[in-house]
Amino acid sequence: MSIPPTRAGSSDDTPREPLEGFGEDFSTLSVHAGEARQKPGDSITDPIFCASTYTFTDTQAVIDYIEQNQTREEYGRYGNPGERVVERKLAALEGAEDAVLYSSGMAAMVGLLMTKLSACDEVIFFDECYHRSREFCTKHLSRFGVVTRQVRACDYEAMEAAINPHTKLLVSESPTNPHMSCVDLERFAQIGREYKVETLIDATLATPYNLRPISAGIDYVLHSATKYLGGHNDLLAGVVIGEKDKLEPVRKLRGIMGAINGPQNVYLLSRGLKTFELRMQRHNENGQRVAEFLENHPRIERVLYPGLPSHPYHEIAQETMRGFGGLITFFVKDADWRETANIVDAVKIPRIAPSLGGVESLIEQPLVMSYYQCTPEERREFGIHDNMIRLSCGIENSEDLIADLKQALQR
Amino acid sequence: MQFRTRAIHVGNERCPTTGAVVPPIHVASTFVQPGAGDWGEFDYSRSGNPTRKALETTLASLEGGSGALAFASGMAATHCVTAMLRSGDHIVAGSDIYGGSYRLFHKVANRAGVTISLVDTTNPTNLAAAITPATKLVWIETPGNPRMSITDIAACAEIAHEHGVLLGVDSTFATPVLTRPLELGADIVMHSATKYLGGHSDLMGGALVMRDSVLRDELYFVQNATGAIMGPLECFLCSRGLKTLELRVREQSRTALALAEWLKSHAQVTRVLYSGLPDHPGHEVAKKQMAGGFGAMLTFELNGDFQQTKQFVQSTKLFQLAVSLGAVESLIEQPASMSHASYDPADRAKHGITDGLIRLSVGLEALEDLQADLQQSFETIN
Ligand SMILES: Cc1ncc(COP(=O)(O)O)c(C=O)c1O
Ligand SMILES: Cc1ncc(COP(=O)(O)O)c(C=O)c1O
Repeated sequence: MSIPPTRAGSSDDTPREPLEGFGEDFSTLSVHAGEARQKPGDSITDPIFCASTYTFTDTQAVIDYIEQNQTREEYGRYGNPGERVVERKLAALEGAEDAVLYSSGMAAMVGLLMTKLSACDEVIFFDECYHRSREFCTKHLSRFGVVTRQVRACDYEAMEAAINPHTKLLVSESPTNPHMSCVDLERFAQIGREYKVETLIDATLATPYNLRPISAGIDYVLHSATKYLGGHNDLLAGVVIGEKDKLEPVRKLRGIMGAINGPQNVYLLSRGLKTFELRMQRHNENGQRVAEFLENHPRIERVLYPGLPSHPYHEIAQETMRGFGGLITFFVKDADWRETANIVDAVKIPRIAPSLGGVESLIEQPLVMSYYQCTPEERREFGIHDNMIRLSCGIENSEDLIADLKQALQR
Repeated sequence: MQFRTRAIHVGNERCPTTGAVVPPIHVASTFVQPGAGDWGEFDYSRSGNPTRKALETTLASLEGGSGALAFASGMAATHCVTAMLRSGDHIVAGSDIYGGSYRLFHKVANRAGVTISLVDTTNPTNLAAAITPATKLVWIETPGNPRMSITDIAACAEIAHEHGVLLGVDSTFATPVLTRPLELGADIVMHSATKYLGGHSDLMGGALVMRDSVLRDELYFVQNATGAIMGPLECFLCSRGLKTLELRVREQSRTALALAEWLKSHAQVTRVLYSGLPDHPGHEVAKKQMAGGFGAMLTFELNGDFQQTKQFVQSTKLFQLAVSLGAVESLIEQPASMSHASYDPADRAKHGITDGLIRLSVGLEALEDLQADLQQSFETIN
C-alpha cells in the first residue's frame, strides 16, 4: 500500500527523507491486514470466539483433519480464529511471514528461548535489557543447563568473542530499556549469519512502525504487545515474529506449555492496532518534543532519547528508525534519589506506574520501581542511577505534558 | 487541559482501591449498601454504574456540558428526549435528519400526542416561522444526512431561546472534536456513540450531554425510569475509543477533504456534497462552527444510472458495502438502494436523493489506497 512514509519530524517540523524498508502503509495494514474481507456472520468486525473447543461433524471429519493435515481449529490451546487474525496482522505490520502470540511479552520470550535452547547450549545477551528477561536467563534457564553470557550493549567485538560452538542465539533489545541504546541491526544480523547463530531482537520500545529488524536480516522479532501494540494499558500480550518454518516449533511448544492469550484480550489487541499508526506518530512527536524540552531545562543533567543529537546512538537511530517512540530516560542534576522522587511525585498528568507505550503517560524512577531490592553495586552494574527517571509519553497534548513537567521541575 | 488530554484522563482516574491505570469494568447489576435506607453512590446499575459514570464524565468534559447520559443506542438517546415531552407539545425538526429520528418523531412520539413539523434548517429563519406556542423542542442535525447540509447552530439557538424552546443537536457527524454545540448555545447534544465516539464499529451506544444540570437531572429521571442504558462492556469500549477520538477524527477528516477535492475534479462525478468544498452552500457556516476539519462523511453523485451506481458501490475493495459510519474502516453505500430505499422515487427526488448518489464514510486507511480503490471502481463503469 502506497505512501512513502516519512520519519516523525523533530519539533522544528523540517521534513526528512523517507527511510528505506518502510514501504508498507501502516494505517491501511493496521485496519485491514490479516482480516478476511467477508467475516463470519457478515460482521464488519471479527467476532470474538470464546469457545474452548471446536466441533467435528462426525468421526470421519476428525480422521480427515488428522490425515490431511487440514487447517482448522481444534482446541483453544492450539489456536483461535481471533488470535490468527492478530497474528497475521502483526506479521504484516512487521513485514514478516508469521507471528506467534502469547499471554505476555515474558511468555513470548520464554516460549522462544525454551524452543530454541537445550542443555549445554549458550545464549548471548547484550546486558542492557528488561530485568526480567535477564533474570529468566540467569536464574532459570541455567537450571536446564543453558549458559547465558552477557556482554556490554552494542559491543559487537565482545559479542563475537563470546561466541563458541555451543552458542545458539544472540539476543538484544533495541532500543534498550531504559538506556535507549540502539543496536546496529545489520551488523548484529551479520555476526549471526557469519557464526551460524540465530538472532533475536526485542523491539518493544521501537515497534514495527519505527524499526524493521526483519528487513535488516534478524531472525526473530519479539514484542511485549502490552506496550505500544495494544496501546491502551488495558491488556497483556507478547508476540514472536519471523519465518513460518522457524516459528513452527515455537507454535507447537506454545500449544504444550499453554501461555496463550484470551479471546477478549486478543480482540482488544486487534482493536488497538487499528489506530497504531496514529498513536505512534503522536508518541514519536510527544517523545521528541518532551525530550528536547528536558534537554534544555537547567535542572536536567542528561536525557537519553535516540532522537536527540546528544544521544550516543543518535546516528544509527537516524539511519534505521522512522521515529524514536515515547520513552525517555533522564537524569536530574545534582539530585539524590529522594529529590528525584519528589519530581516524580510532583507531576500531575503522568501516573506513577511501571510499563510504557499506552495512551496515558506513565512515569517511574527505575531505582524505586524495578531495582529497589538490588544492592548499590548491582545497580551500578545495571546502569541504574539514583537520579534517573523514566517517562513514557502517552498521546496527550505535548504542551500539557511539557507544562506539567515544567511545574514539577520548578519546585 | 487540552481536548486530547481530557479525552484520556477526565473520567479515567486511577482506581482508588487497586491503583489500576484503567478503571475496572463494573459488570455488577447491584451494589451492596452501607445500611438499610442508607444509600451509597451506586445502588442498582440501571440507576448508575461506575463504568458508565466514567464515560459520562469524559463526554461531559469533551462537550463542555454539566453532565452526560449514556444510552443503549443513539435512538434510545433521542427517544429519552422525546419521552420528556408531554401530550400537546410540539417539535420542530430539520428536514435533513437521520431517518430513524424521522421515524421516531412521526411514528412513536406522535402516539403520546406530540406533534412535529419539519423545516429546512439550513435557513434558520424557517425555524422562527414554524415555532408555535406549543413548541418545546427544536431538533437539528449538522452535518445532515445524506446531503451534508450545514445548519448554523448559534443562529438556531438564538431563535429557539427567543421563544423559550430547547435546542437539541444531533452532532453524530461532527463529533466534539470539530463542533461543540453547547458552546454555541444548544441545550442538548446527542450522539450515536455507535459512530465516531466508539469509532471501531464494535458497539452500539448513544449519548446526551446537557448544558444545564436541571435539564440533565430531568433527562436522567426519564432514563432511569425507562431503562435504555449503555451496558458496562460497551461503556468501556466507548471510553477506550474516546482516547483516540481526536486523532481519528482529524485524520479521517483530512483524508475526506482530499478525496472530496479529487472527486470534484473527476470526469465521472457530477457533484460532490462536502461542506469543506468552497462551493458547498454550507461552507461558510461550516468554517465557522467546525474547527479544523469538516468531518469524514462525504456524498458524491456518479455520472451514471441506478445500475451503474449499484455496480460502483459493489466494486470497491477497501470501502466495504455497509450502512453505518464513523469507524476506522471505510464504508460505502448507495442511498437510493440502501439507507433511503424506503422513500418512494418522488420523495427521493424531493430530498435530492438521486440514483447516482454515493455516500462514503471515510476511515483511517491511507488516502492513496482509498483513492486508488475508488479509481478502480470508476474504471468498472463505462
Ligand atoms: C523491552 C521489554 N521486553 C519485554 C517485556 C515483558 O513484557 P510483558 O510485561 O508483556 O510480559 C517488557 C515489559 O515489561 C519490556 O519493556
Ligand atoms: C446522525 C445519526 N443520528 C442517530 C443515529 C441513530 O443511532 P443508533 O443507530 O446508534 O441508534 C444515526 C445512526 O444510525 C445517525 O447516523
